[in-house]
This record gives sequence, C-alpha cells and structure tokens, in this order.
Amino acid sequence: MKNLPRRIERMAPFAVAALIFCLTPQLSAQDDAEAEEVDESKLSPVAYINHKVQQGYEENEITPSPMADDEEWLRRVYLDIVGRIPTLEESKNYLKDESPRKRFSLVSDLLESSDYIRNLTTVWSNNCVGRGTPRGNNAAFSRRGMEKFFREAFAKNRPWNDVVVDLVASEGHWEENGAVNFALAQMQMDDDAVQLTAKTTRLFLGMQVQCTQCHDHPFNKWEQSQFWEFNSFFRQVRNRNVQRTNPTTGRREQDYRELYLVDFEGPVFYEKRSGLMQVAFPKYEGKAIAPDSFDRRKEFARLLVSADNGETPLIAKAFVNRTWGQFFGHGFTRPVDDMGPHNSASHPELLDRLSEEFVKTGYNVKELYRWIAVSEPYARSSKFGADNEIDNPGAGEMPLFSHMYLKSMQAEQLYDSLIVATNAQKSGRGGWDAQEAQRRRWMQQFVVAFDNDENDEATTFNGTIPQALMMMNSELINKAVSAERGSFLNDTLSARGSETEKLNDLYLAALTRRPSRNEARAAQTVMKAYRGNKVAAYQDLFWALLNSNEFIFNH
Amino acid sequence: MALWNNYGMDRRHFMQHMAAAAATIPAMNFLSHVQANAATLKENNKSCILMWMGGGPPTIDIWDLKPGTKTGGEFNPIQTAAPGVGISEHMPETAKVFKDLSIVRSMSTREADHGRGRYYMHTGFVPNPTVVHPTFGSVVSYELGRKRSALEIPSFVSVGGGSGQAGFLGMTHAPFVVGTDGRINNAPGDEAKKRLPGRLEMLKVVESNFINSKRGELPEAHKDVYKSAVNLMTSRQMAAFNIEKEDPSLGLQAETEATKAMYMGDGAGGMGGNGFGRSLLMARRLVQVGVPFVEVNLGGWDLHNNVFATLRDQRLPTLDRGIGALVNDLKQRNMLDDTVIVWMGEFGRTPRINQNVGRDHWAASWSNVIGGGGLKNGQAVGATNEDGTRVADNSKAYLPGDIWATVAYAMGIPLNTVHTSKRGRPMKLANGGTAIKELIG
Repeated sequence: MKNLPRRIERMAPFAVAALIFCLTPQLSAQDDAEAEEVDESKLSPVAYINHKVQQGYEENEITPSPMADDEEWLRRVYLDIVGRIPTLEESKNYLKDESPRKRFSLVSDLLESSDYIRNLTTVWSNNCVGRGTPRGNNAAFSRRGMEKFFREAFAKNRPWNDVVVDLVASEGHWEENGAVNFALAQMQMDDDAVQLTAKTTRLFLGMQVQCTQCHDHPFNKWEQSQFWEFNSFFRQVRNRNVQRTNPTTGRREQDYRELYLVDFEGPVFYEKRSGLMQVAFPKYEGKAIAPDSFDRRKEFARLLVSADNGETPLIAKAFVNRTWGQFFGHGFTRPVDDMGPHNSASHPELLDRLSEEFVKTGYNVKELYRWIAVSEPYARSSKFGADNEIDNPGAGEMPLFSHMYLKSMQAEQLYDSLIVATNAQKSGRGGWDAQEAQRRRWMQQFVVAFDNDENDEATTFNGTIPQALMMMNSELINKAVSAERGSFLNDTLSARGSETEKLNDLYLAALTRRPSRNEARAAQTVMKAYRGNKVAAYQDLFWALLNSNEFIFNH
Repeated sequence: MALWNNYGMDRRHFMQHMAAAAATIPAMNFLSHVQANAATLKENNKSCILMWMGGGPPTIDIWDLKPGTKTGGEFNPIQTAAPGVGISEHMPETAKVFKDLSIVRSMSTREADHGRGRYYMHTGFVPNPTVVHPTFGSVVSYELGRKRSALEIPSFVSVGGGSGQAGFLGMTHAPFVVGTDGRINNAPGDEAKKRLPGRLEMLKVVESNFINSKRGELPEAHKDVYKSAVNLMTSRQMAAFNIEKEDPSLGLQAETEATKAMYMGDGAGGMGGNGFGRSLLMARRLVQVGVPFVEVNLGGWDLHNNVFATLRDQRLPTLDRGIGALVNDLKQRNMLDDTVIVWMGEFGRTPRINQNVGRDHWAASWSNVIGGGGLKNGQAVGATNEDGTRVADNSKAYLPGDIWATVAYAMGIPLNTVHTSKRGRPMKLANGGTAIKELIG
C-alpha cells in the first residue's frame, strides 16, 4: 500500500482493491524506472526536498504553481527569516540585483543579520513561556531572562541539541541562567511537574502525552505508565521566590526566582482508572536510569540526544517538523507537535531524511533554515490553479506543498513590519530592550490567558475584529499615516520625483512590489477626488495599503 | 458608490452618504430591508448567555453534593425554590431563583485535559486534526446572527476571556472578545470616522487584485471581518458594551446603582467578583440590542489545592451573586423566556479529595446547569451514584451535544440543521445531540 498514489488511498476500500488489481504491474514498473533515474541517497538536502516534494505532485497527479516572482519571494523570505517585511531600500537593492545567485546570497545575508536572531528569539520565547510578561512580587518567570538565553543561543548559532539540554536540565537564577525560565513557566501550580512533563515532550519531542496522564493513549500504543516514567525525571525540580527588602519603602519584594533540585530517589506513584496504584521509574524509550541519579534531568537530556538505537533523535525530528511548518504554514504532521504512530506525516521520508541531515550538521539551525529557504517548493507562488486546487490543507487535506500557503502574520511580525513600512525604526528609539518592551506592551492587548494549570493562552489576534480595529484606528497606524516630519510619508512626499515614483515607493514600502499600470491608474483616479489635497490622498492610500489583504498575509 | 456593499455602513453614515450623493434606488432597497428585518425579529429574538467556568469547576461541591460520604467534602446542601432540588449551602441567591434553572447531573464527557475539554464542551465534537469545529456561539451566530440585519455589532461576543474558533463557519462568526470593562480597544476617534469612507474606497481599489487572484478563502474572509469591524465602529449599538451609557432609541439605560450593586456587590468580593457581575450585566445589555450569543467567563476553578476554602471564600460568593442577579434581572424585564442560560466548564473534578485538599480533573460524572429560554425548569435531570464517582445505573448519561441541542431547541434552531466542513463533510448540529426531553416538556 505504501507506494500507492495518495489519492488512491483516500478512495473507498473496494475501489482501492479493484485498482490494485489492475494497476499493480504498471506501478511496480514505474517504481523501478524511477529507482534507476535518481539515487536518492546521493542527493543534497535541498535537492532531496525538491525531489521528494516533486514526487508527491506526480503521485497525486497535480501540477504545481509556477515559481513566485522576485517580489513575492522577497517579501516572504524576509518575513520567515527575519520576522518583518523588507525596507524600501532593501527591496530596491534586491530587485535591481541581476546576479543569478541573488536568492541564495540573500538567504545567507538574512541568516547573518541581527533581525534573524531577534525573530528566532521571539518565536522560541513564545513557544517556551507564552506571550505574557509576569509582573508583581510573585512573578513566575522572567521573560527577559528567557529572551536573553535565546538571543545568545541564536547569535552563536548554538547546536539545537545543546540548547534543548540547557532548557531541559538547567538550574539557578532566572536571569543569570535564562534557560530555567522554560521550566519555571511550567511550574506555576504545584502539580508534581505534570505540566512540565507534558510541555517538554510536546515542544521538544513533538509528542502529545498529556492525555496519557490519566489513561492509555486512545489512538496509539502509548501507555499511561510512559507519562509517569517521563514525569519521574522531573520530580527533583523545585523553584523558590527570593525576596529582598526595598530600602526605600521597607517592604519585602521579589528579587528573583530560582530553580533548584531536591533529593528524590523514589518511584512515582500514579492511579490507574481502575483505582489501582502503580509505580513508575525514570525511563525514556526503553532506557531506564538509576533512580538515585544525582540529577535525573541531566540523564534525561543525555538520553534525548543519544542516537545509539540508530534512529534519529526525536528532538531533531520535532525541530525540523516545526521549522518546516513555520516556513509553509503547515508542517508534515498536523499539528506539528503531535507526531507518532497515530498521526502519519504527509512526507515521512522527507521528514526523516531532513532530520538525519540536520543531526549530521551538528544540529545546525541556520543550515536547516537555508535548505528550506532556497528549496523549490518554498519558491512557488501562492496563487494556485485548477491543476492543484486539491492541495488545500486549510480544508483538512494533507499538504503537498505545490503552492505557497497563505499565512496570517504573527502579531510580532505585523508590528515589526508596520514599524519598517513607516520608517519608525529610523527615529532610533533605544536599544534592544527598549524596543522589545515597547512591542511587548503593544502585544498585551491581544493576549488572553486561560486560568488553569496548563498556563495556556490564546491571542485574539489573527483575522479578528480587534485586529482589524487595530489596523484601522490604532495609535501605531495614525502615526504611520501622519505625514509628520521624519515619517516615511513625509520623506516620500517631500522628495523630488514624479507622482508615479511616489506611488511606486508607497506600494514598494507596504507591499514589496510596484503597482501594475491598471492599479496605478485606479489609485490615481480615486486620488483625484481629493481635489488637490495631495497629502490627504496619499495618507488614505497608504492607510489602505497597510490595511489590505496583501499586507496582512504572508503569501 | 458601492462602498456599503463591500464593507457595510451603519444607518447614519448611510444617510449622510445618501444626502450627499442623492442616489435614491439603493436607499429604497435599504428601507425595504429594514422592514423585512423587523418581521424576522418578531419571529426570533432568542439569545443565549453561556457562563464559562474556565479551569473545570468542582460540580460535586456546587450542584450535586454527597454529604456524609468519603467524597462529599465540607459542604452541605440547602433546598432551593424548586421542590426536591438541593444545591450547595454557599449558593443561597441561586437557590432562590431555582424555579428558572435546571441541573443536568449526569454529564459524562471523557475529555479531562483543559484544551481538549474546552474544545469538546464548546463544540460538541472531540478535537480532530483535520477540521476545526465551530464553537456553539459561532453556530448560533451563523444561524441567527446572519438573519438579524439590524444587528450592527458582532453576533457572538465573549466577555473576559474567549477561546473558541468559528472553524469552517468563517471568521465573521468568531467570538468578539472584550474585557470585563467592555472597553473596545482602538475604537475610532472623530477624525478616523470622518476619513473612513474615503479610506474604504481606496482599500477596495488597492486590494481587489489580490482578492481576485486565486489564493484561497482567507482574503475573502479577511474582507468580511473588515466589514464587521466597520459596522461595529460606526454603530450606536456600541453603547451596549458600556454599562454607564444610555441610548433610549435602543432601550438602553445607564445602569442604576441598585442594578450595579445587585450584579457586582459592594466590591467586597474582590476584582474577580466585580468583573463577573459586570460581565453578566453587559451580557444582558448585549442581549437587549439583539446579540444572540454572549459568553461570560469566570476563571479560577482549577482547584488542585485547597478547594473548600477557595470555593467558600472566593468562587462561590462571586458565582452565586452573578447567577441570582442575572435571573432576577432577566425575569423582571420579561426577557427570561427568550434567553437561555448555560453554565459549564471543561469538566468536573474528582470525587476523591487529594492530599492537598484539592480535587483533580474529572469528566466521567459531573453537572451542567441550564435555564431560562422557556424550558421546563426547576428540575435536576440525571443522577450520579452514591459517592459521585459515576453516573447512576438507572440514569441516562449526557454529552455536550445534548446540552447544545437543548439550547438549539429553545432558540428555535432546527435540530436537523447540517453544516458542511471545508472538505465537504456534513456536520450535524451539536454533533447530532438530542434535546433533553425532561427539559423541553
């Protein structure tokens, strides 16, 4: 069954049986022919991506969308690697570059830029501690500390396995050793490290074991015991709130929080649904450690990165799947953090091979980013046609990556893009921390925390009325279209140049492309109705560009 | 002049526009629309207020007490106005209005994880990676909200929380989330309102190409959300969010001190208490202007520790005051028969009391409350066994789909309604649940 075209797998069983009967000879012949053509094991990672995804098109009898033009690809690669759209200048430079290798060079440049560090820091801080920023005298974790940890990790391009080891097994002060904030954020309730267990496996191993806390997994063979075996690795962890006296007020207040270990040598007890009590010892993938290990988490971390059973460690697979999902809007599994026998991947061999290669490079995050960013499927247009409209993961289909899927911008991407499109970054406000703080304050209007032991949250951001109101009326937008001195609009309008050039610049700044002749004509017609109030006309045009679908979506 | 077709405009803007443009034909269309709409309103002005108890409330200590057993905990039941129905002694105000409420004591819902339970209880479907099911508020918005053209604000409002998604019904039916203070972030100032028509005209010119290029459904959905946002920000009905505001044309008064005190108390209940009461008061105002579904959130139920003191001193006084006030208020205003009230969380809590004097997650046997809406109230439907550890042998067990089917029945949404997922799969209303027969009489 494995080599059947996926479309056939979706058919009713009797139809499949009939088809196998008549198709089998042809199919195997075709397979042989292909095996002669390409020696897959010799392909580079990028070539392998192109080859495997292409194979998926053929198996499903679809024609992929054409390649995106420079403008479409440029905007996308900026958003995905550095978390913002390109500036007017960056776009102009790239579009006039005629080198055939310019896409490759741009990806390399972006990977070396400070915005890459900033973007990955944001993404991974959100993954680890959510979007909230705890305040007050009982703050559970330090967002600053978490960000500092990731900033250093991505700046040095630390191997991902080392990063995971730190996140899983650190102890100490929340700012001196920022990695502890991952665990601190999962320890907001006294829950025997249940949440920490669930989040660790989900985020770093791509396994959702939280429901096996109470019963065996309904759809695969994971057993309840496994959850508690994982959990017993984390039972030595404690955290404390360290206070000091404020010399001015004389009041006690929070100084910092820290993570420390206590002696715990025993097994973990849990209750079967039948009410029977069971014991679990620290064990991962069949490998047990001595219960009296000094730091069980360190042992756990060691097991996570070891590959002695010949299989690629799950931490590599989980990272590859998640990263692929960031670029395409859909990972190989849905959701990206629920891999396992019950949830088959869209391109299992590709996921495996990329994970292997990722391990071979020493868990080099930048290399993985590079492979995906310069691959063919990533360079396809988001427009699709009748020949590939069945490739619609938004409707629940397995993704075939035959066209780029529209992604809603993350709130941070939108914020940073607005700043870029309106030149606000040139007014030179403070350093990293000041800018982060400003963006965080702005973010809080969209964060809703759920009041429970999972410490989860939702944003009211994507595609909602609050987002629309923000884009139409907020301070940020008012500033963007204000045309006050130093603003992008002011610079553009007061510069020399024809009306056409100004129009081009507005489009380029907001949408990373120039208007078509028809669009330019239509815009100018509407602008005429402003009867000479040129500033107002340009302001409203710029407002419209920033509020347009094309701006809001990463496409 | 196709402005309002694409983005919607409220009556005042429309009239101003018309006066300027002196176009008569669209105006006539508009008026006949209003008349048609008045007729629909007469037909169906039903609403639902969902009180969502985030974290999973210990219903064994609130609605289904087991005094004298090992699992019974510290509280005793008191009799309510409904003969034979007892609830927690810490719910005296609610007990007084229990002729208008009912308990379903045999919920058995299998999902005891917060995320999964939240999804299951809100939608009636268990989570499935290939489809996003609409939360029931979105279903009501889709079924009833669309037909209420006089309604200019979103037809599904979630106060003080909100997590549900509209799924395949589309983003315009997603919950509109506001804080308990009812403040709408980024509401337009005068200048923004003045510039709006021009800006929208410009927007249409700018984005039509992208929308028409084949890129899936998202761009169209985004445009619809803008339309709703424009409707909202130019509407008088915004007054419903602000309990201090009056608008006689909508039948809204500034809330009196007495009303506020009834819902919110004197502030002694702490901010959470005030917030919940305030949210319920806002919900009543939203229902008054025609919003068919309002969700009001009260969190803090994930009581793994110290369950009894927390309930007695914090959660229950807040809850009790809120429910009592809402039922009394709706009744006095003659709105109770048209407003269904639902009370639920993601699951109940273990009958067994843990070593931290807390209760953990439990979905096998717990209670929901439903009321108003012209239902046959004042009953306890279903039962659990002696110590609450399972549904009693002689009792039918209920699923969230049954609760929502009962709500649909009360709201006049046909139970045989079927929606279609994006993949073309038919999805039965409330996952094919049946209205609870004791409640629909």
